[in-house]
Amino acid sequence: MLNRTSPPAFHPIEGFPIISPQEITFSNGIKAFVFDSGEQDLVRVQWVFENLAFDLEEPLRNSALAGMLLEGTNAHNSAKIAEMVDFYGAFLQPEYSFDHTSLSLFSLNKHVEKLIPLVFEILTDAIFPEKELATYIRNNKQSLLISLEKNDYVARRSFNHALFGDSRYGYSHEIADLDHIERNALNEAFEACFSPGNCTLFIAGKVAPSLIDILSTSFGKQWEKTNRKLPGENLPAIRNEADLIFIEKPQALQSAIRLGHRSIQRSHPDFPGFQVLNTALGGYFGSRLMANIREDKGYTYGIGSGIASMQYAGFFTISTEVGTAVCAATLQEIKKEIDRLKVERIGAEELTLVKNYILGSMMGSLETIFSHADKFKQAYFSGLDLDYYGYYTDVVKSITAEDLLALANRYLDYDSMIKIVVGKM
Amino acid sequence: MVKFDRFVLKNGLRVLVHEDVTTPMATVNVLYDVGARDEDPGQTGFAHLFEHLMFGGSINIPQYDTPLQLVGGENNAFTTNDLTNYYLTLPAANLETAFWLESDRMLSLAFNEKSLEVQRNVVCEEFKQRYLNQPYGDAWLKLRPMAYQEHPYRWATIGKELSHIENATIEDVKRFFAKHYSPQNAILVVAGNVKSAEIERMANKWFGSIPGGEKYHRHLPVEPLQTVERRQTVAADVPTNNLIIAFHMGGRLDPSYYAADLLSDILSKGQSSRLYRRLLKDRELFSEINAHVIGSIDPGLFVVEGKPLPGVELERAEEAIWEELWQLQKHDVLDYELEKVKNKIESMMEFAEMSILDKAMNLAYYELLGDVNQINTETERYLDITLEDIKRESQQLFRKENSSTLIYTPTKHA
Repeated sequence: MLNRTSPPAFHPIEGFPIISPQEITFSNGIKAFVFDSGEQDLVRVQWVFENLAFDLEEPLRNSALAGMLLEGTNAHNSAKIAEMVDFYGAFLQPEYSFDHTSLSLFSLNKHVEKLIPLVFEILTDAIFPEKELATYIRNNKQSLLISLEKNDYVARRSFNHALFGDSRYGYSHEIADLDHIERNALNEAFEACFSPGNCTLFIAGKVAPSLIDILSTSFGKQWEKTNRKLPGENLPAIRNEADLIFIEKPQALQSAIRLGHRSIQRSHPDFPGFQVLNTALGGYFGSRLMANIREDKGYTYGIGSGIASMQYAGFFTISTEVGTAVCAATLQEIKKEIDRLKVERIGAEELTLVKNYILGSMMGSLETIFSHADKFKQAYFSGLDLDYYGYYTDVVKSITAEDLLALANRYLDYDSMIKIVVGKM
Repeated sequence: MVKFDRFVLKNGLRVLVHEDVTTPMATVNVLYDVGARDEDPGQTGFAHLFEHLMFGGSINIPQYDTPLQLVGGENNAFTTNDLTNYYLTLPAANLETAFWLESDRMLSLAFNEKSLEVQRNVVCEEFKQRYLNQPYGDAWLKLRPMAYQEHPYRWATIGKELSHIENATIEDVKRFFAKHYSPQNAILVVAGNVKSAEIERMANKWFGSIPGGEKYHRHLPVEPLQTVERRQTVAADVPTNNLIIAFHMGGRLDPSYYAADLLSDILSKGQSSRLYRRLLKDRELFSEINAHVIGSIDPGLFVVEGKPLPGVELERAEEAIWEELWQLQKHDVLDYELEKVKNKIESMMEFAEMSILDKAMNLAYYELLGDVNQINTETERYLDITLEDIKRESQQLFRKENSSTLIYTPTKHA
């Protein structure tokens, strides 16, 4: 008779090998990291640049640089560039994040080499035409208006601003800022940002030697070497006063809640341990916040917490959207769950569960060769190498309830958190 | 090319296995052949609410998530108008835990009152978060009953209204389970670092003894042919105008589906597509515009949606969309243009084979459609489409009397 009441035998989750890249340095100094594996005849090439420092005079310059990157070169206009990329079934995506601007090319191997000259042209000769800039501004104004009607968007930007002020991490842009983007500023920023001295390449997929040859010839030889070091970011001082910022939306059916404070970065030795703590609190479906606020009380569709590690700062945050009638009760429950972590040891069963969940999900997150490259990138831009994941795994496996209690007292403090509520209270 | 093995258990459960040794993980996907289209019109949103209850404990296992997380797994599920799909991913070494969990909830749920009460609340909050508390979030709640008057696609998976969810009882839950959640009405797919023979053994061990249940045969009303243009204008608290036009199109198994899908790509895939290039960039009429197909199993919808820029009259914006649609009816698209969208399809199919979860879901879906082999012939079907097919399909689709137009205008924000 089949025993359906006890679970099948558990097999411990052993380590997970992360693929080490081959590192190539081009003759102008560009570093290229190559992750060659995979069954599919395709490849992803990413060019990654550190952002210029935030400038309050030109607050949207850096994001516009990414947004406008494909809008024309001296040789090809925006339409021609789009045609070439689409015709080869490829995807060419600029992306702006807090610290980096990247351009990613996804392509089948049979077409990728035809597209490299186009990418070279874009990264060395983008011209940000006036007419395209006007389109960019017009459309971004409209999408900002729509975003500002979403409570979770408003909560997120108010939170970032409360934490980081007028900086790359905190600035809340208004419609008027969009009008203020100027072509000259974009051209100057392009020159400063898109240079070999500020470029790192990540190539992942089934990588043909001929692709590496083409990249090292174009991006490695024909691109003139620069040695300019970008200035770093000056962040406003950490604020210590607790704040509740309430933005009223009289028609709201739900309130968006976001709270948190600044926190440690990935390079800090406590970071993996803090991630274990975060997972227990709000980092997975079975977390304490989900179990209490969704699965026990039914206040929300979802609640979660997370730690963000950027180049110059880190922060811890909890966010949710809840029925307006239970907004205050939700804040109380959040406080209760945080405080509980600071006075009670996590039970053995829960701790095992959280550890296994993290190890399994780490293993699952390495499913494709792209994710191996992403894991490497994450460590690399935190000034770490792949040994970090060995350390991370060791910490997850060995951490104790006492360690987590100490971490909760060191890194979580409900009273000093900035709390944002958008909706009704 | 996705290789697979297929077998059917004595109780009717269909099983598909895809071996992929490049990952240490395994995915288990269980698809139940029931969606919002199978609901009672007075009790809409039930299939989706039921999906939530599937996590509230089964007959022998009080809690679904905990034992799965304990072995390093994670899971989720979704409900559409056509089907309900549950999936989990875990280290392949612990695969048997997935069989234990999934077979027990196919055998029987715990039917727990507390879980029903909580999940009614959770789903109501989901309804608010995704449909009611977002600008234009209720578009599909309005558009579906315009486009469909008889067929149950006239309501969204979340349901017509909150009260349908609030009124669900434990008896309803039991009836629904008995009718739809049986091996006869399910498809099990296992993909990843697994061996087919071992899966067959485990499938028989865990699922083989579950009673097959009754095969559910649906008899859904057929949507009558639309003969008159339908229009609705909604004044709402939204920041800008929004224009949505939906056209009836063939179902997922209709040969015309492929031409319709390519038409949506010609109009809207990538920044070189017609609507983006001409109406957003050149004529400066829209801030956003796109076209897509709803690939539903019963006859679906081809949707064009755009947000006109401030200062652009709605009539002018709408006319501009129609001009583009009429162009497709009058003139062949270029050979080059057709080749371009086919290249994109080929590329996307290849990228979709990177993930075991995507492959597992696709295997289940094609099995549901009737022939799992279709997963490997799909690209060819797109490549076979001719210029004439495209033109003919555009003539069939883009007619005023085949359209439902929903327009949002702002009540404030002058």
